[in-house]
Amino acid sequence: MLGYALRRIAGTVPTLLILVTLSFFVIRLAPGGPFDGERALTPQVRANLDHLYGFDRPLGVQYLRYLDGLVHGDLGLSYKLRDESVAGLIAQGLPVSVTVGLAALVLAIVCGVPLGICAALRRAGAVDYAVTAFATLAIALPTFVTGPLLALLFGLVLRWLPVAGWQRGEPLYLILPAITLALPVCAAIARMTRGSLLETLNASFVRTARARGLGPWRVLLRHALRPALLPVVSYLGPAATYVFTGSLVVETVFALPGTGRYLVQGALDRDYTLVMGMIILYGALTLLLNLAADLAYGWLDPRVRHE
Amino acid sequence: MAGSIRGCDMSEAQALGLGPGRARPAARLLRYHRTAIVAAAVIVALALLAVFGPWLSPYSYDTLDWQHLAIAPGFVASHWLGTDPLGRDLYVRTLYGLRVSLLIGVLATAVSVGIGVAWGTVAGYVGGRTDSWMMRAVDVLYALPYLFVVIILATVFGRGSVAMLLIAIGAVGWLTMARVVRGQTLSLKRREFIEAARATGLGTPAILLRHIVPNLAGTVAVYATLTIPELITYESFLSFLGLGVQEPLASLGSLINEGARQMLTAPWMLLVPAGFLVALLLCFNLLGDGLRDALDPTGR
Repeated sequence: MLGYALRRIAGTVPTLLILVTLSFFVIRLAPGGPFDGERALTPQVRANLDHLYGFDRPLGVQYLRYLDGLVHGDLGLSYKLRDESVAGLIAQGLPVSVTVGLAALVLAIVCGVPLGICAALRRAGAVDYAVTAFATLAIALPTFVTGPLLALLFGLVLRWLPVAGWQRGEPLYLILPAITLALPVCAAIARMTRGSLLETLNASFVRTARARGLGPWRVLLRHALRPALLPVVSYLGPAATYVFTGSLVVETVFALPGTGRYLVQGALDRDYTLVMGMIILYGALTLLLNLAADLAYGWLDPRVRHE
Repeated sequence: MAGSIRGCDMSEAQALGLGPGRARPAARLLRYHRTAIVAAAVIVALALLAVFGPWLSPYSYDTLDWQHLAIAPGFVASHWLGTDPLGRDLYVRTLYGLRVSLLIGVLATAVSVGIGVAWGTVAGYVGGRTDSWMMRAVDVLYALPYLFVVIILATVFGRGSVAMLLIAIGAVGWLTMARVVRGQTLSLKRREFIEAARATGLGTPAILLRHIVPNLAGTVAVYATLTIPELITYESFLSFLGLGVQEPLASLGSLINEGARQMLTAPWMLLVPAGFLVALLLCFNLLGDGLRDALDPTGR
């Protein structure tokens, strides 16, 4: 297990390096720089700015300096938001994004797995059709559609919940963003649980368990459900990625002070260091979450780690 | 893995037994699959509406009607679906948005099918070290957060240019296709008719084009149908964030963004484009699922 874990961890480092390198050079291909503002700068000011941010050096040197800073946890200064370091901006926003993301993920698992189990146990019944229909709809709808629609319904029409805002993590303000993010993941988990549980319920080891006279609950929880949840576990990595990517939309729709909006704003402003910092943050998060899901999978299913 | 929420990959395709050469019985089966037929009909209707619908209205997508600012849907001055605060007709703007979304979705899918099929067949057929390097590249790209790649590309290649948007979205959409196609090619290349083709002295490119690719048609059609809604979502998402199609032209995504900002005073500005996008995405998903069921022998 340890060897497998180390192999997998070592495998993520080159991917991250490729991500950093690729985005560093691709972003610099872009026409126009962060200082091409509405006001023309005097040559002297321009030269000073270029010197401060290291633009007067060759591209290779800039790249190496960036990597050096990265290793020391320094993501550089934002070009547009003066006096702010990218690492500082991330430190401010990340707790918000992580809170919303985790709430959504927990919600999706807590709702999705039971829904899938109910659908599988009542196959071709009313519950099954309802769950399948819900899953089809929720998977098809992107968060930037469900978010505003939920805000319109619960915030403006019914007036049950606040439309937007954060209020330092007040739970009431967390509900709509978390539901918006959770919906498609919940649907995917329900669909997946249903499918794989139907398969294991027909497996011979489940029949054996029944034949040995075990009660239906014991058969379900101890024998059928465990292997049925394996695909769900391996899906949690992509699901977590989806949730963090989705936080981009949810933070825009519900005006949350998270990190997602920096990526969009940075892209619009050509704020290279900010965009780079966000890409590295989200790239590293994606890789870590996928790694965690793979390790969990390897732990649950010994066949995987011996491949 | 980071690709779609649906998360279908090669192994799933194999598990489903999406084999080559099942196109004809599949077409027959599809006829009995009512949901998929209805979905296909709705898609055709929406496409026709997107192409011809704007002509029915006296307005253009950027006409400002100062007499009717932010009016609700109704029959006032032929603004059937209302107007926005600038007096622009929402019916025409939504249909233009639908046109842009459909066009980019379908063309970007064509781009990603092209890249995916070429990449997958070559990797699968040539095999060996070429295969492992090509698929490792796919794995690395899979690990990147796809939306950020799209955002970088959209930033670099200029906002608003429809052509660049197309390439940016198509460039990230081909990964699943490449995996699925490679898996199919691997099983195809061991078949006797490929051996026969090689024995008659046919070169690799000719075998790929004349024998492998035609036999992949069914699988590719299913995944292409499922790729379209995904790429439409990307495009709308970018436009929603302000990185895609630029004013005064509209896409469903940018209209939803505008609607979300106006929903307190003019909720129809959100509901109209959201309704069209929901219908479009749902129908493509239902059609794709139906096609997959039709090609899946275990479902018979």
